[in-house]
Amino acid sequence: MNSQNIMFVILAVFIVLSSLATVLTKSIVRAATYLLFVLLGTAGLYFLMGYTFLGAVQVMVYAGGIIVLYVFSILLTSGRQEQLSRNTVGKVLASAALSVVGLGVFLLMLFKQNLFEQVAVLGAPSEPVGETTNSIASIGRVLLASGEQGYLLPFEAVSLLLLACIVAGLLIARKH
Amino acid sequence: MIHIEYILIISAVMMFAGIYGFLTRRSTLAILLSIELMLNSADINFAVFNRMLFPEGHEGYLFSLFTIAIAAAESAVAIAIMINLYRMFTSIGVEKLKNMKW
Repeated sequence: MNSQNIMFVILAVFIVLSSLATVLTKSIVRAATYLLFVLLGTAGLYFLMGYTFLGAVQVMVYAGGIIVLYVFSILLTSGRQEQLSRNTVGKVLASAALSVVGLGVFLLMLFKQNLFEQVAVLGAPSEPVGETTNSIASIGRVLLASGEQGYLLPFEAVSLLLLACIVAGLLIARKH
Repeated sequence: MIHIEYILIISAVMMFAGIYGFLTRRSTLAILLSIELMLNSADINFAVFNRMLFPEGHEGYLFSLFTIAIAAAESAVAIAIMINLYRMFTSIGVEKLKNMKW
């Protein structure tokens, strides 16, 4: 059991418990905080896979940007304390049953089918850890290439989307 | 040795927790938090399939990057809508939202 496995187990338990706490807690500020923990754990998972740039983007955009936006809007809109999940018992039970059955079916398929038998495992002795082809230089080259393997068009489309999003945010949230 | 199944189990738990939250929450902001959980689990799947199945490729990696950007845009617009809703109804519960229909 090397350090990578120990780190993975810690991250796995952390992510699973935090994501369950996100949907089960009563207070919405706490739900946002647990979601922050889930996102940070996911960033840790990316770092563990050797995708350091993706992990950094996850921390910056999700944990630094989106969660701050959420907490800001929670504080802005929590005028009177409202019940976060006021449901009939039947609806809660039906939702829980749907989720548990879905998860069970997924796990059954995953382990019955042996889809990934010949797939390499992370941290195997034959494979150098953290040495992937996805370095920053190759990411930048692929992201701005216009050829067959390039991603210039989605890159520009995302920039247009963000511009449209700024305009829409201003237009919707302004005072009438 | 971290098998691909272990990471898929984590993302599956995250996905179904998000589905449960989406179905049971009454506040639109909490529903949006559940949607973020589901998006995040899809991101993990893209990254891990790229890492384990096609280590030379970039596809899953860049899909994750673009998904993060789109999630940021989506939550910004949704939060703008919710702030507008709060101005109109002083509440962001889903019960009031039938009044949004024109």
